[in-house]
Amino acid sequence: MSPIVLMSTPMTSVSALAPASPVVTAAGTSASAFPWLTLIGAIPLLGALLLFALPGRAQVGRALALGFSLLAFVVSVVAATRFDPGSTAQFQLGERLEWIPQFGVSYSLGVDGMGIAMIVMSTIIVPVCVLAGWHDVPEGGRRRNVYFAWMLLLEAMIIGVFASTDVFLFYVFFEAMLVPVYFLIGSYGGPQRHAAATKFLLVSLAGGLVMLAAVIGVYVLGPGGPDGFLVERLTGLSFDPLVERLLFVGFFLAFAIKAPMWPVHTWLPQAASQATPATSTLLVGILDKVGTFGMIRFCLQMFPEASRWATPVVIVLALVSIVFGAAVAIGQDDMLRLIAYTSISHFGFIVLGIFAFTHVAGAGSVLYMVNHGFSTAAMFLMAGMLAQRRGSVRISDYGGWQRVTPVLAGCFLVTGLATLSLPGMGSFVSEFLVMLGTFQRYPWAAAVSSLGIILAAIYILLWYQRVMTGPKPEGLERVPDLTGREKWVMAPLIAAFLVLGFYPAPVLDVINPSVSSTLQHAGVTEPRPTNPAPAGAMNGSAK
Amino acid sequence: MSLMNYVYLAIVLFAIGAATVLVRRNAIIVFMGIELMLNAVNLAFVTFARMNGSLDGQAVALFVMVVAAAEVVVGLAIIMTIHRSRRSASVDDANLLKL
Amino acid sequence: MTTLPLSLPTAVAAADAAVAPAQGMAGVAWLLVALPLAGAALLLLVRRPLERVGPIIATVLSWGSFVVGAILLVEMIGRSPEARAQHLTLFSWLPVGTFSLDAGMLIDQLSVTFVLLITFVGSLIHVYSLGYMAHDPDRRKFFAFLNLFVAAMLLLVTADSYLLLYVGWEGVGLASYLLIGFWNWNPPYASAANKAFIANRIGDFGLGLAIMAMFATFGTVTITGVDRAAQAAGDQAGTMLTVIGFLLLLGACGKSAQFPLQSWLGDAMAGPTPVSALIHAATMVTAGVYLVVRAHPVYDHAPVAALAVTIVGAITLTMGAIIGCAKDDIKKALAASTMSQIGYMMLAAGLGPVGYAFAIFHLVTHGFFKAGMFLGAGSVMHGMGDRVDMRTFGGLSGKMKITWATFLCGWLAIIGFPFLSGFFSKDKIIEAAFVGEGWRPWVFGLTTMLVAGLTAFYMSRLFFMTFHGKRRWLEDDHPHESPASMTVPMIILAVGSVALGGVLQAGGFLDWLAPVTGGHAGAAHHEPVLPIPVITGGTLLLVALGVGLAWARYWRADVPVTAPAGSWLTRAAARDFYQDDVNHGLLVVPGNALVEAATLADDSGVDQGTDGVGRAVLGASTRLARLQNGFVRSYALTMLLGVVLVLAAVWMVQS
Repeated sequence: MSPIVLMSTPMTSVSALAPASPVVTAAGTSASAFPWLTLIGAIPLLGALLLFALPGRAQVGRALALGFSLLAFVVSVVAATRFDPGSTAQFQLGERLEWIPQFGVSYSLGVDGMGIAMIVMSTIIVPVCVLAGWHDVPEGGRRRNVYFAWMLLLEAMIIGVFASTDVFLFYVFFEAMLVPVYFLIGSYGGPQRHAAATKFLLVSLAGGLVMLAAVIGVYVLGPGGPDGFLVERLTGLSFDPLVERLLFVGFFLAFAIKAPMWPVHTWLPQAASQATPATSTLLVGILDKVGTFGMIRFCLQMFPEASRWATPVVIVLALVSIVFGAAVAIGQDDMLRLIAYTSISHFGFIVLGIFAFTHVAGAGSVLYMVNHGFSTAAMFLMAGMLAQRRGSVRISDYGGWQRVTPVLAGCFLVTGLATLSLPGMGSFVSEFLVMLGTFQRYPWAAAVSSLGIILAAIYILLWYQRVMTGPKPEGLERVPDLTGREKWVMAPLIAAFLVLGFYPAPVLDVINPSVSSTLQHAGVTEPRPTNPAPAGAMNGSAK
Repeated sequence: MSLMNYVYLAIVLFAIGAATVLVRRNAIIVFMGIELMLNAVNLAFVTFARMNGSLDGQAVALFVMVVAAAEVVVGLAIIMTIHRSRRSASVDDANLLKL
Repeated sequence: MTTLPLSLPTAVAAADAAVAPAQGMAGVAWLLVALPLAGAALLLLVRRPLERVGPIIATVLSWGSFVVGAILLVEMIGRSPEARAQHLTLFSWLPVGTFSLDAGMLIDQLSVTFVLLITFVGSLIHVYSLGYMAHDPDRRKFFAFLNLFVAAMLLLVTADSYLLLYVGWEGVGLASYLLIGFWNWNPPYASAANKAFIANRIGDFGLGLAIMAMFATFGTVTITGVDRAAQAAGDQAGTMLTVIGFLLLLGACGKSAQFPLQSWLGDAMAGPTPVSALIHAATMVTAGVYLVVRAHPVYDHAPVAALAVTIVGAITLTMGAIIGCAKDDIKKALAASTMSQIGYMMLAAGLGPVGYAFAIFHLVTHGFFKAGMFLGAGSVMHGMGDRVDMRTFGGLSGKMKITWATFLCGWLAIIGFPFLSGFFSKDKIIEAAFVGEGWRPWVFGLTTMLVAGLTAFYMSRLFFMTFHGKRRWLEDDHPHESPASMTVPMIILAVGSVALGGVLQAGGFLDWLAPVTGGHAGAAHHEPVLPIPVITGGTLLLVALGVGLAWARYWRADVPVTAPAGSWLTRAAARDFYQDDVNHGLLVVPGNALVEAATLADDSGVDQGTDGVGRAVLGASTRLARLQNGFVRSYALTMLLGVVLVLAAVWMVQS
C-alpha cells in the first residue's frame, strides 16, 4: 500500500529536544512520590537472597518463594492502578538516582503502558511457575531452595529490564539476567542441560557484546552529560545515516537473538527441551519478550530512520520465522521442542507487527507479548504435567489419554486452542490485530503470515490427536487426573485467555498511548483507507 | 676515523649476540649473548649521542647498564635454581610452560 | 444482468434507513447468545452433579433462546418495514486507535430468520438427542458442545461486524470439531474432526484476509459500514471489491463444503447423527450462504466475484448430486445431498439481487426437511444396530411407521413435489437461474434443472433402498420404532417440510427479506429466457423420470447386498471424485515435504551453522596454540623475525 511517509518536520539536531519542541508531545518522565518500581523488583530480590541463605533442607523454602512472588504480583497490580493512561508523559512512576555521573549512567526507572503490562504479566507468571515447579527438585534435594532462589532472582532482573529508562542500566539488567537462567538450565533439567546452558549463554553473550558496543556508541555520539544514557535524551537525535544503521544493527541483533528470530533461534529448542517446564516457561514466556520489548523501546524509538531502512529485511525474516517455525513444529516428536518452535512462529508475528509501523499492528504486537506469555506458559506446563505422568516427552509415547485424564485433556485442548489463536481467546485478538495492521501497509506480508494460522491448526490438532485421542491405553488406569495444585496452576492462565479474548479493552487502553508515542517518535503516519466509508456510516463501531 | 665505524661495530656485536641466543642451548651462554646485545645497543646509543651532540643517549646507556645489572642478578638466580632442580642448564629442557 | 430492473436504489435506501438503536426485547438480545453459552460453561465446569440433569438444562436453555428469538420476531413484525432493523451496542471490544470496534448485535430480518431457524431446529435436536444419546456415558459433554454450537451460531448470525461474525464463524467450527470427534477413541473419527477443522481453517484464511482488506479499503469492518462504503465507492473500488468477494467466497467454500473445499463434509458424518442433522445439514454449513448474502453490497459491485460464486455453486450442486447417486452409506448420501442443495443456494446467491432472497428461502426450507431426514436416518440407525449401509436395510416401512412417514415428507419436499416446501424454494432458484443474457441462463438454468431430476433419482434411491423393496436385514436385526423424544421432533420437522414453503410464500417471506437483501420483488420483474410454465413443467418431468428410474431399480428390482463394481462414473463418485487423492497430492504431499525440508534445514542447516561457528573458533584456537611449543629459542627467533619485519616495513614506508 502506501509507502512509509516521513514526518514533515524531521528533527534535525539535538536541540530539537528542547522542551519547547512541539513535535514530541508524549515525552519526559513523570516522577512518582513512592518508588513503586524499585519495590516490585526488590521483593523478589529479597526473597532470592533469603532463599540463598536458607539451609538446603529447609522445607519452608518453596512456600517462601510462592509468598514473595505473590507479594510482588500484588504490589505490581497496585502500581498498575497508579498508572494513568491519559497522562502526556511517556514514562510514569519515574525514579532517578545518580549512579556514575561521569559516564552519564543513572539509576532511572519508569514505565509506559507497554512496560507496566509486561511487568504485571511477569508477576502473574512467576508464581504460576513456582507452583508448577513445586516437585521439580526431589524431596530433600539440597538444591531445592536454590532453584526457587534463581527463579526469584530472574524475576527481579526482568522487572529491572522492563522498568529501566536508562540504556546502560537496561544493559546491566539485560546481561545480569543471563546468570540465573544459566544456572536454571544448567543445574536442573535433562541429560544435555550443560550443553544447552552453554549454548544459550554463549549465543546471548555474543549478542550482548555487539549491543554493548552500540550502547557505548550511543552515549559517545549522543548529547552526553550526566544523564546522557536516558532514553528520552537519546530520542529524536539525528545521527549520520551509516552510523545510525550500525547502532541499530547492534541493538537489533541482540534483541533478535533474545526474541528469537530465524535464523538465530537455534538455542531455544535445545534450551527448552533440556530445562524444566517451569524454567522453559520463564524463558519463553517472559525472558524472550525482552527482545521484542527492546525492539520497540530502543530500535524504533532511538533509530527511526534505520528502522525504516531495515524494515524490508526484518519483515522477510519475520515471515520466514512464522512459516518456518510452524512447519518445523509440525514435524517434531518432542513436545518441548514443538512448543519452542511454535514460539518462534509466534515471535515472527510480534516482530511483523512491530515493523509494520501502524498503530493497529503495534498495539497488536504489544498485546501479543502479553497473550503469548500466558499461552506458552500454559503449553509448557501442560507438557510438564503429561511428562510427569508418563515419564516421556515424546508424542509417540502417548495416545488415548482423553479416556484416562479427561480434565487434563480439556485443559490441554483449551491451551492448544489459545495457541492456534481461536477467536474468543486473547491470542486471536492480538494475532488478528497484527495481521490487520500489517495489511494496511503490506497486504502481501499479511497474506503470507495468514498461512501461519493454517499451520497452527495443523500442529496443535495433530498433537492433540496423537496424545489424547484413540483407544484407551493399556496399563495406565492408575494415572491420576489433574491434582488440586495443578488445577490452580492452570485456572489463572485459562481465565487470562478468555478475559483477554472477550474484553481486552482495559489492557488496550493502557497500551495505546505508548504505541502511538512510539510511532510518533518513529515519524510515520497512519495509512488511510482508500475508499473510506461515508461519514456517519460507522454506526457506533469504528470511530 | 668516522663515527659510523662504531655503529658498524655495534651491528656486528648485536648480530653475534643474537646468533648466540638463537643457536646455543646452554642458558649461561644464551645469557652472555643477551649481554652482548645489550652492550652493542649501549655502544650504539653512545655513538648516536656523540653524533647529535646531545647527552640523552649517554643517559639511556647508563639506564641500560643499571637494568642489565639487575637483570643479571635475577636471571642468574633463575638459572641456578633450574640447574639445581633439573641438573641441566639447557634452555630446551625447560619447556613446561606450554599447552 | 442489465435486463433486470433491479431495485438497487431500494437497497441503498434500505441500508440508509436501517439500524435504529435497539429498543424493547432487542435491548436484551444478548440473551440469545448468553443463555446457551452459560449452559455450555455450566455443563463443562460442574461435572458430577450434572451428569443426569445437565442435558435437560441444556435443552431448556436452548428453548429459552428460541423464546427470545420469537419475541424479537413478534416485535419486529409490529414495526414498519423500514424500521425493522435494530442495532445493539454491547461493549467496547477492540479500542485500538484508528480501529475502534465495539461488540454489538445487528437484529434485522435476515438475522431474525436465522435465529429462529437455528433455535427452533436446534432445540428440537436437543430434544431428539435426549433420546438418541440416552445411553452415552459422555452425554453431559455432548449437550455442552451442542449448547456451545448454538451460542456460536447465534453469535455468527447476529454479529454487527465481520470480525465478530468471524468469532462465531470459528466458534461453530470448534463445536463442529468437538462433535465430529465426539467418539474420538476411534482413530478415523479423530482424523475426520481434524480434517474438518483444517479445511475450515483454509476457508477462514480467506475470510480473515477479506476482513483485513475491508479495513484497509473502507476503514471499517462493521456490516452496515462496509455495506454503505461499498455502495458509495461503487465501481471506483472495483478491484478491491472483487478481491474481497473472492476471499469471502473462499471462506464460504470452507464452511459450506463447496468445491474445492468440500471433502471434509462426508467424513464429518463420523459425528453422532443429531450433530449431522443440526450442524452438517441445517445450520452451520449454510453459514457460507449467509455470508455471501450478508456481503451482497460487495458482490453487487464485483460481477466477476459474483459469477465465481455462481460457478462454484453450479459445480458443487452437480458434483454433490452425482456423489449422492453412488453412496450406499445413508449418512454420506445425505451429506452429498446437503452439499448439492447448498450448491443451489450458492448459485442463487451468486445470481445477484434476483437470487439472494431465494437462496435464504431455500436455506430455511432445506433446514427443515434435511434435518428431518437426518433425524429419520438416525432413527433407522437406532433400530438397526447403528449400521449405515443401505444395502442391508430395505422394507423398513412396516416396522418403523413414524420414521417412514416423516421421511416420506422430507423426501417429497426435497425432490420438489408440487406444493411442498422444496417445490416453492427450489423452483424459484431454477427460474432465477434462467434469468439473464448470453450463455449464462442456459448453462446455469439447464444445470439446475437437470440436477433437479438427478436429485429426485438419488433421494428416491435412498428412500426406496431403506424403507421399501425386499428386507435385506442381518440375522440379529430387530428393527423397532424409536422413543417419543426422538419421533416428536421428527414429526414437527416433517410438518415443516410439508407446509413451511407454502406458508412462507403466502406470508410474503420474500418481501419481508427485501429491505436486507436488496429487493428481489418476485419473478415478475425479470423474465427468464424460457417461459415459467415450461421451466416448471420440464423440472417436474425430470423429477418424475428420476423417481421412476429409482423405483424400477431399487424397489421393484432386487438390490444386491454387496455393491456391484459399477461404471467408472459410479466408482469415481463413490470415491468423491478422488478428492481425497487430489488433496493428498496437492496439499498433503507438498506439505509433508515442506515440513521435512524445514526440519532438515533447521537441524542440519541453521543449527549446524550456529554450532559450526563455535567449532571453527575452537579449531582455530587449537591450531594457534601449537605455536606455543615451549622452546625459548624458537620464541626468540619469532621475535627476531617480527622485529626485522617491523623494521623492514618502517623502512619501506619511509623511503
